[in-house]
Amino acid sequence: MMRDIWLVPALPLAGAVLLGLLGGKIPARLAAVIGASSVGLAAALAIRIALLWFAAPPPGDAFLLPLWTWITLPKFSAVVGLLIDPVSLVLILVISVIGFFIHLFSAEYMEGENGYARYFAYLNLFVASMLLLVLANDLLVMFVGWEGVGVCSYLLVGFWFEEENNGEAAQKSFIVTRVADIAMLIGILILALRFGTLDISTVLHGAVSAWPPGSFWPAVVAGLLLVGGLGKSAQVPLQTWLPDAMAGPTPVSALIHAATMVTAGVYLVVRLHVLFLLAPAVLHGIALGAALTVLLAACAGLVQSDIKRVLAYSTMGQIGYMFLGLGVGAWGAAMFHLASHAIFKALLFLSSGAVSMRLHHEQNIFAMGGLRTKLPLAFAAFLVGALCLAAVPVVGCGFFSKEFLLGAVWAQNPLLWGVGILGAFLTGVYIFRAVFTVFFGASVDVSGAYGVRVILPLTVLALAALGFGWLQTPDFLGGANIFSNVLAPALGGAATDASWPVALIGMAAPLAGIGLAYALHQNGFWRRQGAASPGLFVRFLQGGMGFDALYRAIFVKPFLWTVRVLKDDPVDQVFQLLQRAAVGLHKRLREEQNGKLRRYAGWMMAGSLATILAVVFS
Amino acid sequence: MIVSWQAPASLALILFLLGLAALLARRNLVFVLMSVEIMLNAAGLLFIAAGMRWGTPDGQIMFIAVLNLAGAELAVGLILLLRLRGRLTTLDGDAAVLLRDSS
Amino acid sequence: MSLCLLLAIPLLGGCLAWPADRLHPHLPRIISLLALAATLAVALPMLHGTSFWLADFSVPWIPAFGMSFHLGLDGMSWLLTVLTIVLGMFSIVVSWRENVEKIGFFHANLMWSLAGTIGVFLALDLFLFFYFWELMLVPMVFIIAIWGHEDRRIAAIKFFLFTQGSGLLILIGILGLAFLHQRATGVLTFGYFALLGHEPGGAAGFLIMLGLFIAFVVKLAAFPAHVWLPVTHTQAPTAGSVILASILLKTGAYGLLRFVVPLFPTASHTLAPIALWLGVASIFYGAVLAYGQNDFKRLIAYTSISHMGFVLIGVFVCNALAWQGVVFLLIAHGVSTGALFIIVGALQQRLHTRELSRMGGLWGDLPKLSSFGAFFVLAAMGLPGLGNFVGEFLILRGAYGAAPLITILAAIGLVPAALYSLIAIQRAFHGPVREARAIADFGWRENAMMLALAAAIIWLGVYPQPVLDVAAPSISAMGVTP
Repeated sequence: MMRDIWLVPALPLAGAVLLGLLGGKIPARLAAVIGASSVGLAAALAIRIALLWFAAPPPGDAFLLPLWTWITLPKFSAVVGLLIDPVSLVLILVISVIGFFIHLFSAEYMEGENGYARYFAYLNLFVASMLLLVLANDLLVMFVGWEGVGVCSYLLVGFWFEEENNGEAAQKSFIVTRVADIAMLIGILILALRFGTLDISTVLHGAVSAWPPGSFWPAVVAGLLLVGGLGKSAQVPLQTWLPDAMAGPTPVSALIHAATMVTAGVYLVVRLHVLFLLAPAVLHGIALGAALTVLLAACAGLVQSDIKRVLAYSTMGQIGYMFLGLGVGAWGAAMFHLASHAIFKALLFLSSGAVSMRLHHEQNIFAMGGLRTKLPLAFAAFLVGALCLAAVPVVGCGFFSKEFLLGAVWAQNPLLWGVGILGAFLTGVYIFRAVFTVFFGASVDVSGAYGVRVILPLTVLALAALGFGWLQTPDFLGGANIFSNVLAPALGGAATDASWPVALIGMAAPLAGIGLAYALHQNGFWRRQGAASPGLFVRFLQGGMGFDALYRAIFVKPFLWTVRVLKDDPVDQVFQLLQRAAVGLHKRLREEQNGKLRRYAGWMMAGSLATILAVVFS
Repeated sequence: MIVSWQAPASLALILFLLGLAALLARRNLVFVLMSVEIMLNAAGLLFIAAGMRWGTPDGQIMFIAVLNLAGAELAVGLILLLRLRGRLTTLDGDAAVLLRDSS
Repeated sequence: MSLCLLLAIPLLGGCLAWPADRLHPHLPRIISLLALAATLAVALPMLHGTSFWLADFSVPWIPAFGMSFHLGLDGMSWLLTVLTIVLGMFSIVVSWRENVEKIGFFHANLMWSLAGTIGVFLALDLFLFFYFWELMLVPMVFIIAIWGHEDRRIAAIKFFLFTQGSGLLILIGILGLAFLHQRATGVLTFGYFALLGHEPGGAAGFLIMLGLFIAFVVKLAAFPAHVWLPVTHTQAPTAGSVILASILLKTGAYGLLRFVVPLFPTASHTLAPIALWLGVASIFYGAVLAYGQNDFKRLIAYTSISHMGFVLIGVFVCNALAWQGVVFLLIAHGVSTGALFIIVGALQQRLHTRELSRMGGLWGDLPKLSSFGAFFVLAAMGLPGLGNFVGEFLILRGAYGAAPLITILAAIGLVPAALYSLIAIQRAFHGPVREARAIADFGWRENAMMLALAAAIIWLGVYPQPVLDVAAPSISAMGVTP
């Protein structure tokens, strides 16, 4: 049964190929069926494998299915294989199950769009690449999935290609991550040179035996790989692409830019945590960068007026929390937050998509209002998601995962924990700013009802968001350790629980944030903020704190300048100079060939005379 | 009377220069042909003078060869001249610029 | 003997195709296609040879000068020969529906050029190599000059001058090499194996190596000897562009791998640092210029310059992994760039323009063409899982041990590769529709070609081992780092 794991990525891939080849020829309904069912089958298979796994884990708590030899050469070899271990098992469950519900949602959300089949082909291809990424046994194979998800993200962000802006956003998302990926590629090259293979377990064993902790090379390699992860996961300083990537269809944002792809960086660090432990300096760097990201995202989230951009910044911030956990070595906590975030953020995006579906794709929160009664389902789903995101105690999975994570951070570094708490407070403020503005107050007109393909995903995800957290609870709520026990064979034991005052502050911060958001909603501050033209500082925050302008000045402009200067190929110009000289000479000489016999005779005589003189006087 | 070889050589030089001058100055192709003949004769004379200088008959043999050559050349030249006159209705050498690079 | 067939069939096919258009305009195409199919049928079974040289054929040619008609086929030349034949077939199919004037002569030239290319890959006598080199280039000049686009005369002249210049350098180089060898050993020979292992030392040897190096780099079109390439590739007819980019460029790399490095191990080692930096310069220069182009065909031409930078680096880091990568990249680039030129040719046929500023939003009108276009652009960018990535990765992996800085710079060169790839997709296929048009998408013939090429590039990317195995003996015979 474990051997069927290859079907998990292969099914969506087959769906993508089928849709890609048949594309225009099949009816839209069939395309949706192919798209959703391929992922659905993969999800069912993944669940089945997981159940078998929990019933009887294979020896060593890892199962490797070698598929075929990719490259075998004297000094380098790579085998394509799929590795199931607790980490990849959790992730394939998250990807395939959430992926299935998002496909289902898309089937209704995208109805009537041009390129319906193309959409599902891309989405299936994405799921296949993402599954390959997490199942890969070899860094080079992982890189295939890694770039594959990047390309799918590019294609889906630019799905509505007639809009120039979408194309630019798509390009930006791909280029920024590509820059990061090149750093990762260089890291991979160093590992390949050092160990002759990129098989993950071989590399990790080799690294532990070859490199002492804190030495130079692990720091370099881990740093380079980390840059790749930061790019994919939209962390400071490579976060600029994520808000723009919201140009894609909302289900795409839910799947790619919230639940799965953007957490690839977290997965990378968890998968290679043995290597990162050899580089404590890099881990410190991760923690510091994560703290910055959390603050930046929270501040930027406070001033966005586009609901998807609010959610984009919240994604950035929540992944920042995961990296915060990674920075202090709390791998399991980061993974738990990853899974719980995937659920509630998919829920948030889908419910916001459900809202804008009924508002002619309006995304400005200040153009909405009072939707609580008009769209009760969307409201309920969004509220559950928001409660999870804000980590309101006991209600949703976000609380348990953030509690678990911040507890581990507190044990390592109280200062970082403080940043985390501040972030949690601000998160409560900005997400409930959105909740109050969209669903309360004066109401706008909406029409239409949701079909089952919207209702089912929202309901299931909302229930999952409410229930998932109980897999891992703090001591004062029963102390369940189901999740960390699952991961324990791969990542080590659970982190220690935080003491109760710490936990209490952790619980109070989001409540305070929500209270502030409510107060400002009551006195109409949010509405006034939306109506007023933003001041300099607000614009600075809205634009993501000037990173875009900085990169434009130091990268984009010099590049475009170079392009402009070189456009006509200066080397070619040099050769054209030769060409012009030859043409000029030709013109001069041609004048002499005038057909006049006497001139010719004169030149002949002059030439003969010169020759004679030269002979005589030499 | 023994004539030194310098005298015919000088005469050859003068004849050659006269012929050259005529060649460069005259436009009428008949005169051009004539001046070419004069130049050829100058060359022939120089051969004879050189034969005198070294006391061998080679110069005179070469002169006969030059005479033959000149005769043949004159025949071809005159034919060309007639054809040219037929084509261009003139004997002006400067008008015969068909070899000029056009454009 | 079958090696002679590899040359004779396309040559004869060309001779037959020339007058055949008097009977029926399609006849030259059919003859050429059949001839290439026959050549392929001869070439494919040769792989099952047991010895290192899969096939070998040698008869005296001009014994007085030590020249012999010596052909040999090893794994590397087998791969390149098959690539030549297959892409030659594609280049014939691609213009199947086009209205070509003097169609018989056109196909005759195509076939002769292909025969010359095959000869280049097979020749093991240096003078014979030179002979085939010229045979490959002269018909191509005609193809550009007679059937090219608007600026075909300039393109043909440029192509002629640069290739003949490099041909002259090759001639001088091999004559010099043979004479130096004669002075040292008393034997005048142009045989590859006789010269192998007798590197002429000193300044003369270095100069000869330099001459050959320049000649092959001109053919490879690396910076700064690339100037003939953009205009030539742009102005050639589609079939010509496919052959130029997919096959003829590879002869430069082949010359470096087969002759320059093995015949002059020490001299080329001295030159290596310069060659590596030229490679880096090519990568960036080609990529930056590709980004700035408005002519789609020219854009693709500049990307070739960028990719050939990788090839140059791979050749001159002198280790087996990088050489494997070079051979692999040559094949993958042949497939992906050939496909791109076919696509652009199809676009020009439909839109009567190559200007990107007049394209945009083509995905709506031409979904199949655009999907294939985006696919091959991404393949050329080096998307992992597709053929080009394997080649580039092996080159980088091989180069990293020898020249870390160069490797890192080359890897960074993949960022501008992404830039020009995306801008091409954006300006041609995505973006707003700028002009209303009523045009047909790919038909079954074009679809079939594209699917075959796409399958090839996926196969190369996913399961490259068979190709690597075929090339492996040739690579290991080339020796390792001096």
